[in-house]
Amino acid sequence: METEMKAIVFQLNDEEYGVDILQVRSIEKLQAITRVPKAPHFVNGVINLRGIITPVIDLRKRFSLEERDETEDTRIIIVQVSETEVGLIVDGATDVIDIPEGAIEPPADIVGGVKAEYLRGVAKLENRLLIMLNLEKVLNPEEIEELKVLEENEHGAV
Amino acid sequence: MEMDQYLDVFLDESRDHLKTMNDGLLALENEPGEISVVQEIFRGAHTLKGMSATMGYSDMAELTHKLENVLDALRNNELPVTTRAVDILLQGADELEAMIENISDGGDGSRDVSRVVSGLHILVNGEADVPSEKGRSEGSVQLNEYEKTVVEQALDQGNSAFRIRVVLREDCLLKAARVFMVFEVLEGAGEVIQAVPSVEKLEEEEFDSEFSVVVISQEEGQRIEERILKVSEIEAVEIEEVGTESKSTALSATPKKEAKAEGPERPVTARKGLQTIRVNIERLDKLMNLFEELVIDKGRLEKISREIGSGDLTETVERVARVSGDIQEMILTLRMVPIEQVFGRFPKMVRDLAKDLEKEVKLNISGGETELDRTVVDEIGDPLVHLLRNSLDHGIESPELRKSKGKPREGTVNLKAFYSGNHVLIEIQDDGAGINRESVLRKALENNVVTETEAETLSDREVYELLFASGFSTAEAISDISGRGVGLDVVKNKIESLGGRVQVDSDPGNGTTFTIQLPLTLSIIAAMLVEVGKETYAVPLSSIVEIAVIPEEEIFTPHKQQMIDFRGKMVPVISLRHVFGVPEQANTSGSYPVVIIRKGDKLAGLLVDAFVGHQEVVMKSLGNYLPEIFGISGATILGDGQVALIIDCNTLIH
Repeated sequence: METEMKAIVFQLNDEEYGVDILQVRSIEKLQAITRVPKAPHFVNGVINLRGIITPVIDLRKRFSLEERDETEDTRIIIVQVSETEVGLIVDGATDVIDIPEGAIEPPADIVGGVKAEYLRGVAKLENRLLIMLNLEKVLNPEEIEELKVLEENEHGAV
Repeated sequence: MEMDQYLDVFLDESRDHLKTMNDGLLALENEPGEISVVQEIFRGAHTLKGMSATMGYSDMAELTHKLENVLDALRNNELPVTTRAVDILLQGADELEAMIENISDGGDGSRDVSRVVSGLHILVNGEADVPSEKGRSEGSVQLNEYEKTVVEQALDQGNSAFRIRVVLREDCLLKAARVFMVFEVLEGAGEVIQAVPSVEKLEEEEFDSEFSVVVISQEEGQRIEERILKVSEIEAVEIEEVGTESKSTALSATPKKEAKAEGPERPVTARKGLQTIRVNIERLDKLMNLFEELVIDKGRLEKISREIGSGDLTETVERVARVSGDIQEMILTLRMVPIEQVFGRFPKMVRDLAKDLEKEVKLNISGGETELDRTVVDEIGDPLVHLLRNSLDHGIESPELRKSKGKPREGTVNLKAFYSGNHVLIEIQDDGAGINRESVLRKALENNVVTETEAETLSDREVYELLFASGFSTAEAISDISGRGVGLDVVKNKIESLGGRVQVDSDPGNGTTFTIQLPLTLSIIAAMLVEVGKETYAVPLSSIVEIAVIPEEEIFTPHKQQMIDFRGKMVPVISLRHVFGVPEQANTSGSYPVVIIRKGDKLAGLLVDAFVGHQEVVMKSLGNYLPEIFGISGATILGDGQVALIIDCNTLIH
C-alpha cells in the first residue's frame, strides 16, 4: 500500500501550502504579539502560548512575499521542529488532507515566490496544488544567524 | 535483578560517601594523628563497599574492601599515617570516582584497579606477597574474636551454636518483613550473635535473597529450621551446627574489619538525626513551573481585585498573595543546595595541581554552607575551577621566588562564599604576585584588544578587566593548567549567563582577588515594569540603583551622547525608544522618567515613558528560535497575559 501523509493546509497570498501534521502542535487565533526588538525582521514577536513564550514568524516576510493585512481568518499555526517551537502567521488554516507520498513532486526553482530550498515539494491532487514546506529548513537556526548578519550588514552603514 | 530504580540513589549516595572519603583523607594528611578522621573515612568506604556489592559492582566492592583493610590498619595504629599511605588511598578514591562516573554513564563500573590494589597490599603487608582473598565469598559467616569467644562459652555451657542460611523466594515482595519474622523466630529460640549482611542492611532490604546468621540456642537445630520454614516466602533453610571441631574452619581466619565494621551498625533501632528524603530535581523543577503559573495568576487576581475594589475580595487576594510568597520562599529553599558540593572537590584538585606546578599552596575554604539554587551550583563549578587554576598557575609564585620576596614559601588561596543582600558572593583570593598592569597591557596591545591611546587612559581596574576580554591569556608559557585554549572570557560569559558578575581586583606584589556575584535564585526575579510607547519592559531590580524623573533641560548632549548629572556624577543616558526602535512617538511633556541602572561600577540612565510599578516576575526564555537578542535577557508573562520582555542591563552598558 502506498504510504500516505496527513497535512494541514493553509493559505498565504492565495496559494495553498501544506505542512506535515506531525509537526503541527496547534492552531491558534491571532492574539496580541509582543514585538521583540533587534530580532530578524520576519519575527513578529512572541506570544504567551499557555504559559510558554513562543516566537511568531510572519511567513510572508520570511519568503519576501507581498504584504497583506490581517483578517478574521488569520491564524497562528504552532509548529515544532526538533526542540524548537514556533508560530507561523498564515491567512487561514482550512483543511486537513491525506496526501499519498507519490503525489509529492520535487519543486521547481521557485514556487509561488518561495525558493525551492524551503520546500519539500509540490503535491498535485485532483484539482489543487499544495506547496509542501520544508520546516526544518525554514526554521533552521543557522539560517537565522546568516540572515541576521546580512541584515546587520545592510543596516551597518547607519 | 531490578536495580535500575535504585541506580540514581546509589550514584548520589556513592558520590556523597566518596566526598566524605576525599575530605577525610585530605584532612588526615594535614593532621595525621586524627584517628577520628580515619573512622569517618572508614565508614564512607565501608558503606560504599556494602552498596556496591548490593548493586553487583564487584570491582568497586573489591576495591573498597582493600581500602578498608588499609584504613582499618591505620585506625588500629598498625600502620603509620604517611603521605604515601594518603597518596595511595587518594588514588583509590580516584579509581572509585572513575567507576562511579562509568556507572553513571551507563557502564558496569568495571575497571582495572590492580595497580592501586597492589599498592594497598604493600601498604598493609609490606612487600611480601599477599594471598588472594578472592575465595572469600560474600554472605558467608565469619566470626570475630569476640563472637568466637561467645560461641565457645555457649558451647561450654551446653548450648548449641548454629549457622543458618535462609534463602527467600525470588519473588518475595516484603523481604524486610520476612527477615523480621525470621529474626523473631530466632530470637525466640536463642540469641543471634551475627548476621551477614548486617541486621541494618537486612532491614533495609540491602541483600539479594539470602542471608546467614549465627545463633546460640538450647533448642535442637531441626526445631529451629521447622519454625523458620513456617514463615511465608522462604525458599530454603540450611542449618548447620557450629561445633568445636569445626572451629578451625568456620571460626578461624577472622578478618577483623568485618567485625569492626558491622559492630557499630548492630543496634536494631537505627538512630536517625535529621530526616531527609531525596527528591528528583525534575520534580522540583516541575513544582517550580507549576508555581510560576500560580504567580502569574496571582498577579492577574491582584489586578482584578484592584479593579473591582471589593473589600472582601481584596483581603482574600492579599492573603493568597502572602501565602504564595511563603510558598515561593519554601520552593526556592527546596532548590537550594550548599555550595559545599562544589567546593568539596577543590582541596584535592588544588593539592594535585600544586604538586604538578611544584608550588606550595594552602587552600582555605569558608562559607561552604552558603546555599545557592541547584542550577547555579551545577553550573558554577567550571568557572571556579578555572579561576582557581588561574590563581595557582599565574598568581602564586614558586616557593623560591616567594622566599626571595620575603613571603612565606607556602602560598595561600582563600575561597570564600557569603551572602550579601539578594546575592551570594564568592571570593577567590590569593597572596601571589598580583596582576602586572604592564604585561596585561602589552598583551592586550599585541592582541589588538585595546589601542595604544586607549591603553594610556585606562584605570588599573579597567586594565584588569581586560583579562576577561576574549582571546586573552597572560600566561608567559602555555601550560597544561590554564593554557587550554580557553580564557577567562569563558568564565565571564558563564557567570553572566547565570545572571551574575565577576570582578577582579589586584594589589601588585600582594595578590589578586576575584569576586563572583551570583543571584540567589534564577527564575523569579523582582523587576520594575516600565513603559516605552505602548510596549512594557521589565528591568530587574538587581540592576537598578534608583528611579528618577529628570526635566528635559537637565539632559545634556555634550558629544552626541546624552548625559545627566546624577548625584554629581555624569551618567550616560540610553533611550530605550531609540535602542529598541519603538515605533510610537516620543512624549513631549518636558520631563522624563529615568531608571538608573548599574553594571559593576558603571552607571547609565534608561530613558523610558512611564513607570508602571514593581512586581515579581517569572523569568522565561524566548525559546530556542531566538537564542540571543541584544539587550533582552528573557520574557515574562504579566497579569493580563501579555508578554513583557526583560531588559538585560549588562549588555546595554559597555
